[in-house]
Amino acid sequence: MADRAQQIGLNWASPLAGFLPGFLAAGFLVLLSLGTLAVVAMNADGLGGLGAADLAAVQFTISQALVSAVISVVLAVPVARALARRQFVGRRLLIVLLGAPFILPVIVAVLGLLAVYGRAGILSDLLVWLGFQRLNIYGFSGVVLAHVFFNLPLATRLILQGWQSIPAEHFRLAAQLSMRPRDVMRYLEWPMLRAILPGAFATIFLLCVTSFAVALTLGGGPKATTVEVAIYQAFRFDFNLGKAASLALAQFGICAIAALMAWRLAAPARFGQGLDLRVQRWDCAAAHQIVFDFCILAAVALFLLAPLAMVTVEGALGLPELPAAVLPAIWRSLWVAVGSALLTLALALALAQAVAGLTGRNDRQAGLLEAVGYLSIAASPMVIGTGLFLFLFPLVDPVALALPITALVNAAMALPFALRSLIPAMRDVHQNFGQLADSLGMSGWHRFRLVIWPRIRPAAGFSTGLAAALSMGDLGVVALFADADTATLPLLLYRLMGSYQMAAASAVGLILVALSLALFWGFDRGGRAYAMS
Amino acid sequence: MIRTTLMAAGLALTLLGAASAEQKPILNVYTYDSFVSDWGPGPLVETAFEAICDCDLKFTAAGDGAAVLARVQLEGARSKADVVLGLDTNLTARAAKSGLFAPHGLTPTGLTLPTDWDDPLFVPYDWGYFAFVYDTTRLKRVPRSFEALIAAPEDLKIIIQDPRSSTPGLGLLMWIEAAYGDRAPEIWAGLAPHILTVTPGWSEAYGMFLKGEADLVLSYTTSPSYHIIAEQDVTKAAAVFDEGHYMQIEVAAKLAAAPSPELADLFLDFMLSEAFQSIIPTTNWMYPAVMPKAGLPKGFETPVSPDKALLLSPDEAAAIRNGAVDTWLTALSK
Repeated sequence: MADRAQQIGLNWASPLAGFLPGFLAAGFLVLLSLGTLAVVAMNADGLGGLGAADLAAVQFTISQALVSAVISVVLAVPVARALARRQFVGRRLLIVLLGAPFILPVIVAVLGLLAVYGRAGILSDLLVWLGFQRLNIYGFSGVVLAHVFFNLPLATRLILQGWQSIPAEHFRLAAQLSMRPRDVMRYLEWPMLRAILPGAFATIFLLCVTSFAVALTLGGGPKATTVEVAIYQAFRFDFNLGKAASLALAQFGICAIAALMAWRLAAPARFGQGLDLRVQRWDCAAAHQIVFDFCILAAVALFLLAPLAMVTVEGALGLPELPAAVLPAIWRSLWVAVGSALLTLALALALAQAVAGLTGRNDRQAGLLEAVGYLSIAASPMVIGTGLFLFLFPLVDPVALALPITALVNAAMALPFALRSLIPAMRDVHQNFGQLADSLGMSGWHRFRLVIWPRIRPAAGFSTGLAAALSMGDLGVVALFADADTATLPLLLYRLMGSYQMAAASAVGLILVALSLALFWGFDRGGRAYAMS
Repeated sequence: MIRTTLMAAGLALTLLGAASAEQKPILNVYTYDSFVSDWGPGPLVETAFEAICDCDLKFTAAGDGAAVLARVQLEGARSKADVVLGLDTNLTARAAKSGLFAPHGLTPTGLTLPTDWDDPLFVPYDWGYFAFVYDTTRLKRVPRSFEALIAAPEDLKIIIQDPRSSTPGLGLLMWIEAAYGDRAPEIWAGLAPHILTVTPGWSEAYGMFLKGEADLVLSYTTSPSYHIIAEQDVTKAAAVFDEGHYMQIEVAAKLAAAPSPELADLFLDFMLSEAFQSIIPTTNWMYPAVMPKAGLPKGFETPVSPDKALLLSPDEAAAIRNGAVDTWLTALSK
């Protein structure tokens, strides 16, 4: 008991002190997502009522998100399995490229998708040539197509990480026991999937719930409207802050229910720690398995990379049209992307450290902290931006802070993805090396540097890279704050399109894609540079 | 000690004086994004106005007209904005109701709008007609009315914008209300099968049209002028409808709490001058509110005769907006 009392009194040598940054990060996130909502609601004298159209938006939001998430996750399983169990030239490059759609700016991706799957797309041309009808993807199917395009790469990445978390020794043992593929599935792969899939599903469901532009552009009509669109409308066209706040709360509600369900469904899988040997698979060398794996990889690569190729071609054609304003915009975007990525990493490390440390010690606090880390995925960027604006405007000129605020909000938005890979990595370190480090009396910085960092470095590199790429491509809240002199690349792209400069806009889109991928690749590679093989 | 303080105070005063002598007064103008872009009127307007005002003209851009209004509403009386430029007659009723704007006190002469103008708060600076734009090499049987569009084969597709997030989208709503009144639900129901998709803004719709996704896109009669003048491309044209065309009149106004009211007045006056108006056509791609002496550039002729101009008054537009959006939602959600 005395020991307890001492911990509560914040003894800096106690393990609790190490969790303080985590709690601070959590407090900051609550302020950013719920505090801004409260500011908006207060400026509106309370919440506004929702009408039939808003409820229809809620219904469509949920149904399209469910279908999109199911398709993305189900398709991702064989893709991730093929990537996990096959070695071939260009595998790394393929993994990076397959991740590209997820970090594409929405408008670039939509135009790329249409160039392939649209009415005037190359696939339609091919179908007409073969004597069939042109494709018409507009409507529910268009929204789902776009969401699968965006989220299949993420689902693949998350599930692939699950596969890679199974130590090589297990597969070796399975081979020694002459396990057939069915048995490997049952004893190794299924428990892993059981642990990973609900979280992956929930993440993608949440992303589809909060999606904005895609739903409208390929939706075919006002039926395809999401809650985020309704928030936008309430704010921009009616200037009804109360209604915007109510809708944002509804969005939080949907996301909270989804997250809770995922949390209940997820069954933790513990494979223990291996010696980080190279995985060799003896159970899947049959010819039909190899053919199947390469067919599915080829199909998915074609589905995802064809639009990307179109973006590249059209962007390259537009390069001569690039305006001089692109250079400062590149500079600003890089600044925002790297700044927000480092901020994401700091927040994610603080939270992951606290969550992993509290697991087993105080599971409720650990769960709460983790949930707070995912809050921003359910938040409406529109409401966060407006709340920040209302909060800051009496104090400082929000325009002067446009870029730091954009970096900050983008960091919060990317945090859930960083946590998805950092928390499991951190948990494994605590579980496998925590006692050893304790017995050696390692704590604080030394413990972090010698025990934790080398083991979470790949996850940290991946998270930082993802955050940088996401921040690069996201229009974010900069549109609410920026003036003529502080445009980032995505904003410049929109401004070009708004001025009939479609060719130049395509070129900016290509630069965005290239820079996002380069940032992601750089950080991800930096993380793996010293990874043990 | 006292002497040092006094000296410091004196020095500070001298510095302050020097600073204010060098610093010109600032005029803050809030407007939409495309106005301030390198291809928009912003840079030229800034040079032209600063040549006569001995001031520093600063533009702040926020999305489109609706976003600009939302921005000054958010900032309220503490806003540093002197002038808001870029609202249209669908927004002016809400803007007037906000109480944020002050009368302009001008009696604009020589306006060449196809309609009378006597609004005490808002000064028009340019205008245009909404129209469906098509590619002459792809569309041969061009519909000449909404009814012809409805009667066309179902594979004739149009792209429109969402009236809840886009100015042209709302313009089409008003167009059909102004032309058909009570028959609007029937017209929308007829159009529904032809609507390929509804985009959040003009850029997405126009981009998709240029990619060949649809036969017609809701835009302006001046869009083909852009292609003719800037790209020497004569393959785009606006379909002229028998019902007439709904107008968009873009306006500016002075904030009641403007920090520099005199400069704001000067700017609104300047806005109707030759210098400003001659910049508008080939940068904002709209018709000037006062015809420049040199007339319009070749390729800019309007295909719509002035007696076919449709426009609802700001109060009418505001009053029917919610009902019209509901009509639209119902017709397109079937």
